[in-house]
Amino acid sequence: MSILHTVNKSPFERDSLSSCIRLASKGHSILLIEDGALGAMAGTDHSDMVAGVMKDVSVYVLGPDLAARGMSEDRIIDGIQVVDYSGFVELTAKHDTCQSWL
Amino acid sequence: MKYSIMVNEGPYTHQASDTALHFCKAALDAGYEIFRVFFYHDGVNNGTRYTVPPQDDRNIQKEWSKLAEAHEIDLVICIAAAQRRGIMDADEAKRQGLDGDNIAPGFRISGLGQLIEGGIIADRQLVFGD
Repeated sequence: MSILHTVNKSPFERDSLSSCIRLASKGHSILLIEDGALGAMAGTDHSDMVAGVMKDVSVYVLGPDLAARGMSEDRIIDGIQVVDYSGFVELTAKHDTCQSWL
Repeated sequence: MKYSIMVNEGPYTHQASDTALHFCKAALDAGYEIFRVFFYHDGVNNGTRYTVPPQDDRNIQKEWSKLAEAHEIDLVICIAAAQRRGIMDADEAKRQGLDGDNIAPGFRISGLGQLIEGGIIADRQLVFGD
């Protein structure tokens, strides 16, 4: 069963992203929203952890939340895909179920 | 695709109400159905019609009411969470001996069973909160 995980808190604030990454299985996807978008940034203490999971798990970030935080799309980790709200909806439809990491 | 949404955070608190609204609008634009939005914990504060944000700010409560009217979405407020926070409809206000109610158009007060039913009926259930 494929699961879409959404993470809405910064990895600098809470450990929900690392918990999610630890438990996500092959074929799952992770979507970074709200302050979670900070987890998509390249060159941070958490970048290696995020890049490491990407061989098994697709990682997405919500573009409007990146923009709202003044973060440019060319500063995110290679391979992370930027989606808008309609992309968010399609990700929920594409996966069997959704897990919100609050 | 049929969605059930849960909102656990009040408006203007962080971002959950806004994200949930944007998600609902995008899902409706894609031709999907929002079956129910269940407001729990501080999320019940989305449903008071006495919300008066500054004129140049978005009115999150009115956005929910507008969306519910346009797309026949069932907006349900948890009764126990609502009573703790002073969100009342006319019947509850009367029952509690209060002098007025404040529930917004399109919202109704009910119990957690509505959340469970939403999860059973919908294809996907999403939670937005803090």
